[in-house]
Amino acid sequence: MLPLIARRVLATIPVMGVVALTVFALLHLTPGDPAAIIAGDYAAPQDIAKIRSALGLDKPLLTQVGVWLGNVVRGDLGTSIYSGLPVTTLIAQRVGPTIALTLFAMVFSVAVAVPLGVWAAWRQGSWIDRLIMLLSVSGFSMPVFWLGFLLVWVFAIQLSVLPVQGYQPMAAGPWQFLRHLILPALTLSLVYMALIARMTRASMLGVLKEDYVRTAFAKGLAPQRVLLGHALKAASLPVVTIIGLGFALLIGGAVVTESVFALPGIGRLTVDAIVRRDYPVIQGVVLIISGVYVLLNLVIDLLYVALDPRIRY
Amino acid sequence: MSPSTPASATEAAVAPGALAARAVAGADTAGRRNLFRRHPTLVGGVACLALILIIGVAAPLWGTVDPTSLRPIARLRAPAAEHWFGTDQYGRDIYSRTLYGGRISLLVGVIVALASLVLGVGIGLVTGYYRRLDAAVMRVMDGLMAIPAILLALALMALMRTSVRNVIIALVVPEIPRVVRLVRASVLSLREQTMVEGARALGARTPRILGLYILPALVAPLIVQGTYICASAILFEAYLSFLGAGTPPDIPSWGNIMAEGRAYVQRAFWIILFPGAFLAATVLAVNVVGDGLRDLLKVR
Repeated sequence: MLPLIARRVLATIPVMGVVALTVFALLHLTPGDPAAIIAGDYAAPQDIAKIRSALGLDKPLLTQVGVWLGNVVRGDLGTSIYSGLPVTTLIAQRVGPTIALTLFAMVFSVAVAVPLGVWAAWRQGSWIDRLIMLLSVSGFSMPVFWLGFLLVWVFAIQLSVLPVQGYQPMAAGPWQFLRHLILPALTLSLVYMALIARMTRASMLGVLKEDYVRTAFAKGLAPQRVLLGHALKAASLPVVTIIGLGFALLIGGAVVTESVFALPGIGRLTVDAIVRRDYPVIQGVVLIISGVYVLLNLVIDLLYVALDPRIRY
Repeated sequence: MSPSTPASATEAAVAPGALAARAVAGADTAGRRNLFRRHPTLVGGVACLALILIIGVAAPLWGTVDPTSLRPIARLRAPAAEHWFGTDQYGRDIYSRTLYGGRISLLVGVIVALASLVLGVGIGLVTGYYRRLDAAVMRVMDGLMAIPAILLALALMALMRTSVRNVIIALVVPEIPRVVRLVRASVLSLREQTMVEGARALGARTPRILGLYILPALVAPLIVQGTYICASAILFEAYLSFLGAGTPPDIPSWGNIMAEGRAYVQRAFWIILFPGAFLAATVLAVNVVGDGLRDLLKVR
C-alpha cells in the first residue's frame, strides 16, 4: 500500500517539472523580445533594460532555467512588475473568493448532476433521458459569461432579488456572503454539471447491464436502493475521475465568471495581469493552478485505492 | 513486376479505413431517406450549422450595414424596425455586427480544429511509432495538459499582440496534446494488429504503414474530435475576446461585442443578448453535430 502511494506521488514530480519548464518557456518561445513586450509599446529603452535585468533575462538561458526552477522549488514565484509585491502574496490575497466560488459550484454541480445522470440512465431512451441529455449538451455549449449576464439580468435587474456583482467575505455575515455567491456559482456550475451528468449516465448504463443489478431488481428491492446502493457505488469511479479532470474547465470558467461578477479572485488577478503585461504574476498563477489541478487528480487517484479494493497499481 | 503489387492489393482489401468508408457510403445510399429518421439530431445540427454558415458568409446580403460605421445620434437604441437588434453606445448596428461577428467565430473554430488535428496527428503518429521519442514527448504533453486550456491560452495571448492569427495560435497549443494522446493510443494498439505485422513482413516501410494502415483507422475518431475542438475553440475565442485578450476591438466578433456591451447590462441588454444567443446556438449546433457523428461513425 505505502510503496504504491509513494510511486504515484513521485509520478507527479516530472509532470510538475514539465509544467514549471513550460511556464518558463512561454516567455522565451514567443517571438520577439519579452522585455520589450512586457514594457509595452511606448516604453523607453532604459525601462526595457530595467525589466530585462529585473526578470533576469540578461543572463544565459541555462542560468535562467536553473534560477527559475530553484526559486519555484523554494516557493518563490518572483515579484509583480506592476505592484512590486511578491507574486505569492498577491495570490494569497486573492485566493479566498476563488476557493469559495469553485467549491460552491463543485458541490452544487455534484448534488444536481449525479441524480440527473442516474435518472437518465435508469430511464434510458425515454423523453426524460433525452431531455436531460439535451440540457447536458446545451450546458456544454453555453458561453459562461452570457449565462452570467442572463442570470444578472433576470435576478438582479428585473427581479432585484440578488446583487448584480461584487463579493462579501464570510466576515460580513453568512447571508451576505452567500447572496453574492449564488449567481456566480450557478453560472459557473452549468458546464461542470453537464459534464458530470453525462459521465454519470454513461457509467451507470454500463453497470445497469450487470447481472447483480438484475438480481437486485429481481429480488424486489426498491429501485432507489438498487440504483443508489448497488449501481451508483460501482459506477462512481469514472464520475469521481471526471470531477477531478473537469476542474480544469471549472477554473477556466472561474476566470470568466469572476470577470462578469467583479469578484476579486485569482481570475481577476490573471486578467488584470494580462492587461498590464505583468508576466511574473501570470506565470505564478498558471503554475499554482496547474499544481492544484495535478494535486487534486493525485488525491483522486489515491482515493481510488480506498474506494475500490480491486485497484492495485 | 515489383513484389509490392500483391501487397497493395491485400492492403486495399484489409485497410480498415477503406472498409469504414465503404460501410458509411453503403449506409448512405441504402437509406438516405432514413438518415433523418435514424439520426435526427445530426441532421438538425448540420442544418443549423449550414444556416449559421450562410448567414455569416453572406452577411452583406441580409440587409446589414457597415458593422463598424458609427452613428452617435442613434446610440443605445432598443431593438426596433430600423435596428432589429438595437444599437450600441456608438450607434453601431448590433444586427450587422452580430452577423459579421459570426465570420470570425467560424473562421477561428474551423482553423483551430484543422491545425490542431494536423499537428496532433503528425506528432502522435511519429511518437506512437518510434518508442524512443515516446517517453520524452508524452511527458511534455502531460505537462501541457496539466495547465487548464484557458489559462494557457491567456498566458500565450499576454505575450502576443491581439490579432486573429495569434488567437488561433493560442487556442491550438492547448489542443495539441489532446489530439496527440488520442492518436498515440490508437497507434499503440493498431501496430500490434496482424495486418500491420503482415504488411511489415511483406516489406512495407514505416511511412507506408502509418499512412495506409494506421491513419485510415484514425479518420473517424479524428473527425469527431475535430468537431469538439471546433466547438470549444469558438467558445474560447469569445472568452479571450471578452477578457480583452482575443480578437482586436476593431474587428467585430461575438466576444468583443459582448465585452463592449457589459457596461450597459442595465440600459441596453440587447448588446449582449443577441450575439450571445448566436454564439450559444452555434456552439450547440457544432456539439450536436459532434455527438451525431460519434453515433454515426460508431466512435468509442
